[in-house]
Amino acid sequence: MILSILHRMTGVALSAGLVVLTAWVLALASGADVYRPVYELLASIPGRLVLAAFSFAFFFHLCNGIRHLFWDVGKGFEMRQVTISAWSVVVASPALTIGFWIALQGYGA
Amino acid sequence: MSQRAAERGSGHWWAQRLTAVALIFLGMWFLFSVLMLDDLRFDAVSAWLASPYSSIPMTLTFATIVYHSKLGVQVVIEDYVHGPSIQALSLRMNVLAHIVLAVAGIYALAKIGFGF
Repeated sequence: MILSILHRMTGVALSAGLVVLTAWVLALASGADVYRPVYELLASIPGRLVLAAFSFAFFFHLCNGIRHLFWDVGKGFEMRQVTISAWSVVVASPALTIGFWIALQGYGA
Repeated sequence: MSQRAAERGSGHWWAQRLTAVALIFLGMWFLFSVLMLDDLRFDAVSAWLASPYSSIPMTLTFATIVYHSKLGVQVVIEDYVHGPSIQALSLRMNVLAHIVLAVAGIYALAKIGFGF
């Protein structure tokens, strides 16, 4: 129930993220001088927090979306399965987010 | 619901699922590609997207995201925005906004890809 409304909320958040993604590629296409301030904004602490939130929204929407796709083909409807898959999403989406950001830390400042 | 609306509804349903399955792979490809870059500064990112082997999948990924997003926001508007005229206006604005995003993003990716 809560996961269901979160699926919609993360979906809408990711549509906002799509605007950021579009701005990012447009800045890239506009050359190094336009890209630099956009990069610095995204790499700043508030920028990273926003990107971290978007990445969590992505991983949650991905994991819970896979759950929905299984339901669409009629699998995973038993109460026990629903509970297990729900907890899997709750554990996997923050874990993937943290893992992704640890992997990103390989980048120097 | 008229039969036409029902058919359109099932077309929406299929498109939503098809783009969802595609985005499992395309989304992970994008995040994995970003992790493989040396950094996210101009030189590294533009060199990555200048290659057709990344430009073409990235354009496909971007277009699929825009389509999936349009369909998703549409459902949210249909469920939460009541009142026939405000809902119709919201649905049209949703289409318009996503067309603008699609054109802007694909133009930008093509420009980087062709190196104009």
